[in-house]
Amino acid sequence: MFNRLPNIIRKPIIFYFDNEPIEALEGDTIASALLSAGVVEFRKSALSHNKRGPYCLMGTCFECLLEVDGVTQQQTCLIEVKNNMRVCREETKRLITNDG
Amino acid sequence: MTVDVDVVVIGAGPAGMSCSRVLAQHNVNVVVLDEQNAPGGQIYKNIEGVTEKRPADLDFLGKSYAEGIEIANRFRAEDIDYRPGSSVWQISSSVVGKRRELIYSAGGKSHKLMAKYIVLATGAIERPIPVPGWTLPGVMTAGALQSLLKTSAVYPTGKLVIAGSGPLTLQLISQLMDANIEIAAFVDTTPAGSLFRAVFHLPRALLAPEYLKRGWHLVRKLKKSGIKMYSVASNLEIFGDQKATGLSFTSRGSRYGIEADVIALHEGVIPNTQTGRLLNIEHQWDNSQNAFRPVLDGSGETSVAGVFAAGDNAGILGAKSAVLSGEIAGYAIVEKLGFIKESARDLIIEEAKLRRFIENGVRPMLEALYPAPDWIASADNETIICRCEEVLAGDLRKIVADGCAGPNQAKAFLRCGMGTCQGRMCASTVTEIIAKELKRPANMVGSYNIRPPIKPISLGELASLNEG
Repeated sequence: MFNRLPNIIRKPIIFYFDNEPIEALEGDTIASALLSAGVVEFRKSALSHNKRGPYCLMGTCFECLLEVDGVTQQQTCLIEVKNNMRVCREETKRLITNDG
Repeated sequence: MTVDVDVVVIGAGPAGMSCSRVLAQHNVNVVVLDEQNAPGGQIYKNIEGVTEKRPADLDFLGKSYAEGIEIANRFRAEDIDYRPGSSVWQISSSVVGKRRELIYSAGGKSHKLMAKYIVLATGAIERPIPVPGWTLPGVMTAGALQSLLKTSAVYPTGKLVIAGSGPLTLQLISQLMDANIEIAAFVDTTPAGSLFRAVFHLPRALLAPEYLKRGWHLVRKLKKSGIKMYSVASNLEIFGDQKATGLSFTSRGSRYGIEADVIALHEGVIPNTQTGRLLNIEHQWDNSQNAFRPVLDGSGETSVAGVFAAGDNAGILGAKSAVLSGEIAGYAIVEKLGFIKESARDLIIEEAKLRRFIENGVRPMLEALYPAPDWIASADNETIICRCEEVLAGDLRKIVADGCAGPNQAKAFLRCGMGTCQGRMCASTVTEIIAKELKRPANMVGSYNIRPPIKPISLGELASLNEG
């Protein structure tokens, strides 16, 4: 659903999305790198668990939230992607159990 | 650690950059906090990166974008304490020793500043457009597509449909055409009769003829483009199961259904008032823009002394006016700090205001050409209005009928506005719907109270406040 314009001279980098390596370009945000790699479903809504993807790409809608390097609920449209970054989708609800 | 500063400017778009430049030129101790990684705001997003690394892309991004580099260069030329990647999440309402406490998060840690003056230059957001199916992946805003082009030279493939109204849709279409990117259809939601209404504003618009020229050029380019167009479109409905696959709409009496892989919505932009609401500054409903904006004095000071607003968050006037509003607020603060005389300030501010009046000449005409949508308060009962908590327009109408007094009580009844986006994506819709249901002016209905932290933060970020 998304592609890159050809005349690019930026450096390629590799990051991981749900443990799969993905090629991006220096200067991409995590969200723009994922969209160009064909990922449009980023998360599930809290109640109905319907699929959601980036909507505004300017830090307002919070639809692009992902876990980045172990930190949950990060707005990936605001974060520049870096080499070896580990990004993954999150479970919408965390269950609290007695055995922690 | 707490650091004393004279001024904190929030936002590094055109208003934030020009305001902090004026302050730095007068040796004022200013800190600029911005959520983005580079100066430019949304309008000039990644302008430095594009100019340096992808100058050829300026050809399709266009002249009005390319102009941003000059503003960014003038900002960089001053010795300004600029902190990108910083999200402000609390500003205290009380003043201690003439200073107000401000807390922001950067690099996973919280930082405190004590500021004498605060300038809100937080810009605009695209108006939330509650149509059925707008939460499906593949539905974005026109601004989001522009953002992809600016930050990463990434463009939509497959069937792209642009559905909306306003100068930004025309600009996006022009950029996509110049980059040879295919557009399947333009569903133009501009109501009939706009041109007729707009003609009355032509005399003032002639004060800033370059906008008229640019607009005329865009409209002609679109007409000659061969892009499939549907005019006076209404009652948009997006369909799809796991993601958007198409949309239907009414255009000039007929109902159409077309396929789409990516749908870009746009119905104009509205002030981003989140930080101002946190400070409880007074807002008023703008009847021509259908949105709240802060009440300001002539220099941009809000109802809270020492807090200024400049740029599109103070009312939508566009980038060039934002630069001038930033300068006006800057000079007002420079005078308050005693670095220039009142008479000198007045001279500079009056001149900037005159330039802004000329610059804004085209605004009344634009607002007549592309009026704010009048249907949002009538959104279908089954349509999601609060994306985070999946509250439907019908849910809100029901509690209003049951006696809900306003947006803040609606939070308690429905949790609308209480999800991760903290009401950013539903506040304007909720106000409009309640106002219509109660037949009460939007000013009286008001908007959500906004409380800290105004960005979600981790407990670790909160705890880091107590470290050295």
